[in-house]
Amino acid sequence: MRLIIEKRLEYSRLIAFLVPIASVFLALLAGAVLLALAGANPWTTYKAMAVGAFGGKYNVSETMVKAIPLMLCGLGVSVAFRMLFWNIGAEGQLAVGGIAASGVALFWADRLPAPLLLPTMVVAGFLGGALWGLIPALLKAHLRVNEIITTLMMNYIAILWVEHLFYGPWKDPQGYGFPGTAQFPKAAWLPRLPGTRFHLGMAFAVVVALFIWIVLRRTKWGYEIRVIGENPRAANYAGINIVRNIVLVMVLSGGLAGLAGMSEVAGISHRLQKGLTVGYGYTAIIVAWLGKLNPWGVLVVAILLAGLLVGGDQIQITMQLPAAVALVLQGAILFFVLGGSLFTQYRIRLERRTGSSPHPNPPPTSGGGRSTARERGGIGGMEG
Amino acid sequence: MGGSMGVWGTEPPLMRMRGITKRFPGVLANDHVDLGVQAGQVHALLGENGAGKTTLMNVLSGLYRADEGEITIRGQRANLQSPRDAIALGIGMVHQHFMLVEPQTVAENVILGLKTPRFFLDMARIENRIAEFSRQYGLQVDPRARIWQLSVGEQQRVEILKMLYRGVDILIMDEPTAVLTPQEVEELFVTLRRMASEGKAVIFISHKLGEVMAISDQITVLRDGRVMATVGTGQTTKGELARMMVGREVLFQVEKTSVEPGEVVLEVRNLRAFNDKGLSALKDVSFTIRQGEILGIAGVAGNGQRELAEVVTGLRKTTEGGVFIAGCDLTNCSPRRVIREQVSHVPGDRLGMGLVPNLAVSDNVILKSYRDPPLAKGPFLDRPSIARFAARLIEAFSIATPSQQTPVKLLSGGNLQRTILAREISVGPKLMVAVHPTRGLDIGATESVRNLLLKQREEGAAIFLISEDLDELLSISDRIAVMYEGEIMGVVSAEEADIGEIGLMMAGTEVQNPKLKL
Repeated sequence: MRLIIEKRLEYSRLIAFLVPIASVFLALLAGAVLLALAGANPWTTYKAMAVGAFGGKYNVSETMVKAIPLMLCGLGVSVAFRMLFWNIGAEGQLAVGGIAASGVALFWADRLPAPLLLPTMVVAGFLGGALWGLIPALLKAHLRVNEIITTLMMNYIAILWVEHLFYGPWKDPQGYGFPGTAQFPKAAWLPRLPGTRFHLGMAFAVVVALFIWIVLRRTKWGYEIRVIGENPRAANYAGINIVRNIVLVMVLSGGLAGLAGMSEVAGISHRLQKGLTVGYGYTAIIVAWLGKLNPWGVLVVAILLAGLLVGGDQIQITMQLPAAVALVLQGAILFFVLGGSLFTQYRIRLERRTGSSPHPNPPPTSGGGRSTARERGGIGGMEG
Repeated sequence: MGGSMGVWGTEPPLMRMRGITKRFPGVLANDHVDLGVQAGQVHALLGENGAGKTTLMNVLSGLYRADEGEITIRGQRANLQSPRDAIALGIGMVHQHFMLVEPQTVAENVILGLKTPRFFLDMARIENRIAEFSRQYGLQVDPRARIWQLSVGEQQRVEILKMLYRGVDILIMDEPTAVLTPQEVEELFVTLRRMASEGKAVIFISHKLGEVMAISDQITVLRDGRVMATVGTGQTTKGELARMMVGREVLFQVEKTSVEPGEVVLEVRNLRAFNDKGLSALKDVSFTIRQGEILGIAGVAGNGQRELAEVVTGLRKTTEGGVFIAGCDLTNCSPRRVIREQVSHVPGDRLGMGLVPNLAVSDNVILKSYRDPPLAKGPFLDRPSIARFAARLIEAFSIATPSQQTPVKLLSGGNLQRTILAREISVGPKLMVAVHPTRGLDIGATESVRNLLLKQREEGAAIFLISEDLDELLSISDRIAVMYEGEIMGVVSAEEADIGEIGLMMAGTEVQNPKLKL
C-alpha cells in the first residue's frame, strides 16, 4: 500500500467549509493530549476557557477589547497580503500609530478644541502607521528590497522608540518613577460601554472592514489590487502602475495598524506605557490568513482568537494552568488549519503497490502552460 | 491491432501497446489505443492538440500509469511505474520543454541523475564518450559548453545525447521541430534516420503533416484519444492524413484579400535593448508597418523577437533608438501610455502574461478598458455594464465558457486565445502586436485566429506578427522580416519569399540580394 496525494477534480464549497472546522476540532484534540500530559482535565479546561472568554458581559467585553487591535491589524495586513506584499510589520506600525496619537493627546490637548482632539488622534495614529509602512514600501518599489526583512526589522525600531519615550522624554514627572507618560486628558479617551473596557475602536474596525470590502469588490483600485496579487506580469502588461499600488496599499495597511495603536492608547491605557506592543501585530498575520484575507472573515477570526487569549488568561486563574496553554492551542490551531488547507485542493488515496490504478497523477488543467509544468515535475522525478 | 499492422508479418514489434486507456477527470485522453513500433523505424504519431499523443507517450515513458491496457517491450510485459523504469527498459523521451540545468555544462547535464559513477567523476572520459555519440549521430555540440550558451537546436541535441548516453533504444520525440530552423530540422532528421538505421525505434510526435511525410516510415493518426489508422507513409497522402486527423476536409489556405497599405502606424528606428539576463537582445533594429499591413517576424525563438514586442508595447526599455506610433514618440513610455495609443498586444505567454488565471472571464476581458466609462464610473466599476460588455464579447468571439464568472484558467487553449483576442480587438487597435498567436492551438482555432487577424488588417490596423510557424507567416503576412541574434537579416515580400532563403537568414547566413523590401 502507498499513499498518493492527488489534486482534487473540482473545488468544492462544502469541503472548503468543512476542512477548517475539522482542522480546529483536530487541533483541540491534539491540545487535549497536551493538557492531559500536563495533568489537567481537557474537558473542564476547555469549558473553563470558553466560559472565561464568552461566559458573561465582562468576559465578552474583555474578548472584544483584545479583538479590536487584532481586527484592525488583521485588516491591514490582509490588504497587503492580497497584493502579495508580505507586511509582517503591523506590530511596529501599531506602535508608531500609538506614539503619534499619544503625542497629539499629550501636547496638543490645550491647543485643540476638545471635540477635535480624538479625530486628530485618529488621523495622527493612521499617519504614524502609514509612515512606518511607507518606508519598506518605497524600498521595495524602487530598490526591490525584500519587504519581509524590512517590515520585521522596523518593528524593533518602533518598539524600542516607544520604550525610549515613556522611559525618557515623555515620562510622567508625577509618575513616581513608574514607566509611562502622564494620563491623557478625558477628551482624548475613546468612549466606552458603561461598566466595561469595550470601546469605540470596534466601530473603527467595522467601518474599515466595510470600506475594504467595497474597495475590493466594487472599485477600480480593488480590481488593480486583485490583478497584481494574482498575476503581477499581467498587471504590468495591462498598464497597472505596480509601484504606485505598492505604496498606496502599504499606506493603508500601515495606517490601519496605526489606528489599532491609537485605539489602544485612547481606548484602554489612556497613556503611552508598557504593554502597547504585546504581539497583536504578529497574531494579526494569523488572523488575516485564517480569515482568508476576507474582511468579514478577519473580523470573525479576530474575535475567536481573542477569545482564545482571554480564555487562556482565565484558566491561569481558575485552573492554575500557565497562560501559555492558550498560546500552545493557538499554535496548534494555526498548524492544523494551514496544514488542513492542503485537503481543500488535494486528496489522499491509498493505492496497492501492484496492478494498474486509476489516474495516479494530477489531472490536466486546461491550458498549455499548466501541463508543461506537470511534465517538468515528472521528468524531475526521473532525474532525481 | 489494425489490419495494416499485419504487413510486418513474423517480426514482433520492439514495443507494443495494447488497449491503453487513460482517463482524466472529464476527459478520456486515450481510449483503447493500440500501437506497435518496429525496431529500425521512425514511427510518427500524428494528431491535433488534445488528441492524446503526449498523454500516450507519457504512459510509455513512465510518467503516467494507464488505467487499462498493457505494454510489452521486446515481447516482455512491462510494468512502468516511473521514468526510471522506462529508462531501464530503454525507453526515453525528449520533451517539448527541455529539462536542462542552464549554468552547467553539456556533460554535467548528460550525467545528471545517473547512479554511476558514484564517487569520482572522470569528466574527461565522460566528455569523450559524449563526443563519440556526437560524431556517430551527427549531434554537433561541445561537451564542455554551458547550456545557456547553446542555441535551442543545440540544447535539443543535448537532450538526445542524454538519452543515447542512457542506452535508450526507443526514443520518443515530442514535437521536436517547433523550435528549429528549417536547416536544423533537416539535421535532426538525419540524426533520427541514423538512429533508426542502427536498429533503434524513434517515435515522432507531431501535428505537422509535411514533417511526418518527410521523416516517418509508419504513421499512426490519433483523434480524440482513439487510433484512426496506422498506415505506411508511402501508402498515404497529406490530404488523407489531414482528413483523418481533423475529421473533415481541411483548407490549407486562408482568404487574404488585397488591402492597399495606408499611413505608417509603427516605426522603430535603430532599437537596442537587453534581455532579462542583461545580454544584448536587439541590435540596431529598424522597420515600419503601415495601416492594413501585416509584418511578420520570422526567426528561431530567442533571437530577440520577444524583446522586440516588449519594447514596442512599453514593457521593456530601449537603450538606444526610438519607437514611433502614429507619429507620436513613444520611446520608453509606460505600458499604460502605449495602451492609450490603441496599441493592443497578444502576448506569447497567455496564462503568464495575457490573462489572470484565477479571475473570471468577465474580469479578464476588461483588463485593458476597466479604467474608462462605460465600464467605470468614477472610482467604481460599473458591474452591470461590465456584464453586458463581457456577454457581447463572449458572443461575438464564440468564447466557449460555462459562464462569465468562470475562472479563465479553466478554459481550453483556443478559448484562452479567443478571450485575449476579444479583449485586444475590442479596444479598436491602430496597431496590434501578436506574439505566437496560434501556437499550441488546434487547426480549427488556428483558422479562426488567423481570420481575426486578417479582419483587423482589412479594417486598417497595422499588425506586427511574431511567429515560429513559417507557413503561417507566408500565408497571412504582407512582408516578412527575419531576425537572428537581435538583428533583422532581411525583409522580403511574402508573395515572393523563398522559404530556403528565409531559412538561411534564420540561421544567421547573410543572403546575397534577398528580395529586399523595406
